[in-house]
Amino acid sequence: MSGALRVVLALAVPLALWQALVSLGGLPPFILPGPVRVLEALWSNRGLIAWHAGITLTEVLAGLFLGAGLGILTAILLAVSPMARYIVRPALIVTQSLPVFALAPILTLWMGYGIWSKIVMAVLIIYFPVASSFFDGLMRTPPGWLDLGRTMGASPARLLWRIRVPAAIPSLASGLRLAAVYAPIGAVIGEWVGAAGGLGYLMLLANGRVKIDLMFATLLVLALLTLLLHRAVGWACDRLVARTD
Amino acid sequence: MTPAPSICLTGTAHFGAHQLFPPVQLEIDAGTWSCLLGPSGCGKTTILRLIAGLETGVDFQGQIRAGDGQPIPGRVAYMAQTDLLLPWLDVLGNVTLGARLRGAPADTAAAKDLIARLGLGPHVHKRPSQLSGGQRQRVALARTLMEDRPVVLLDEPFSALDARRRADMQELAAETLTGRTVLLVTHDPGEAARLGDRVFLMDERGMVEAVPPAVSAIRGADDPDTLAFQGRLLAALRAQSAA
Repeated sequence: MSGALRVVLALAVPLALWQALVSLGGLPPFILPGPVRVLEALWSNRGLIAWHAGITLTEVLAGLFLGAGLGILTAILLAVSPMARYIVRPALIVTQSLPVFALAPILTLWMGYGIWSKIVMAVLIIYFPVASSFFDGLMRTPPGWLDLGRTMGASPARLLWRIRVPAAIPSLASGLRLAAVYAPIGAVIGEWVGAAGGLGYLMLLANGRVKIDLMFATLLVLALLTLLLHRAVGWACDRLVARTD
Repeated sequence: MTPAPSICLTGTAHFGAHQLFPPVQLEIDAGTWSCLLGPSGCGKTTILRLIAGLETGVDFQGQIRAGDGQPIPGRVAYMAQTDLLLPWLDVLGNVTLGARLRGAPADTAAAKDLIARLGLGPHVHKRPSQLSGGQRQRVALARTLMEDRPVVLLDEPFSALDARRRADMQELAAETLTGRTVLLVTHDPGEAARLGDRVFLMDERGMVEAVPPAVSAIRGADDPDTLAFQGRLLAALRAQSAA
């Protein structure tokens, strides 16, 4: 089966079931609006949704860059310094025992309703998977390559840059792919707790006004945004791995 | 290349409370091939790594000296059982890896000459994944030669190749490494019989030297004296394991 046909089927079957559920089940539109109604809401509110999507996308991209950057730096620091491993690693594990979601109200309290509390949420949520997967990759360089490099007279810095980092790129890529899906979760949680804009904020607003069709339309846009981001990061990762593999 | 030194290792190694090998003396003559033959786990790779200055995880008591009194690390090229080619570099990149790792400009023209000399000319911009096992090991040999070190340490570099490619590689290595001090660690009596100017047999009880045929290495694979020597080495290995 061709790729396009598969996508169409994967979309068409659930949509048909959804419409059938609404039509045959007699559900009122404020409980479950049908797909046609959701698409209508999407079209008539396109300006509003686009504006809020822009805010969420900004938060997600900023969070992704900052979180991935911090994660990469942490992984390198841990890989080159046994002292850092000794001190920082247990602390890293302990921070993971805190549910990041529980921090959202505190971040909003400290940073207000603007985009920064959401960016920090996204950073917190993706930092660990990126740092952890890249660090694992850096520590699993095939020992023979390191032996070879040492007999060739490589300094530790050149071993890191020329051998360990390129060898760990596939691990970093899997961390980044996870991060692309997690980052929107962080941003939306932040928006739910307190925001003046963004898709999460718009969903709450629509829910409060019983505009369930708008809520579904927003959710649809959020899902599409996440999918696109996942594809874009996946594409970038594939290019990166192809360069090093 | 600076003149190839002789190397002498004397000493014993422990792994915790366990003795890896008893006091041994290994004399590697300058500019010739010495083979260290023994079963897996007898410590022969450890000896090679000790000479290379690599991490061994054992407690070595003894000394490793070059005949000219200069330090050995920095004068060693190393070739392992696997080709250790970096998959993200092409053949040229792998052959010039050493310069890259030292932050020195790579002599691309010399590398290309060397690659062509080893019959890899058409593959110069291919990645290792596009090469056969024999071609990959030839790239590893080119990388070793590019280092142009007077001492070459070979840790069973041909053991993963089929019989024909192994014989080809042995001849190519013998020809291209002429004049260098070579230590070849192997578990193959045939390989030691063909390549060794001196042959040392090792097991957990220690090391003895076997006297090779008068004809100099590399010896013909079908030479009767070499075959007889191979037979004696095999018998000695089996006697060791039976004891």
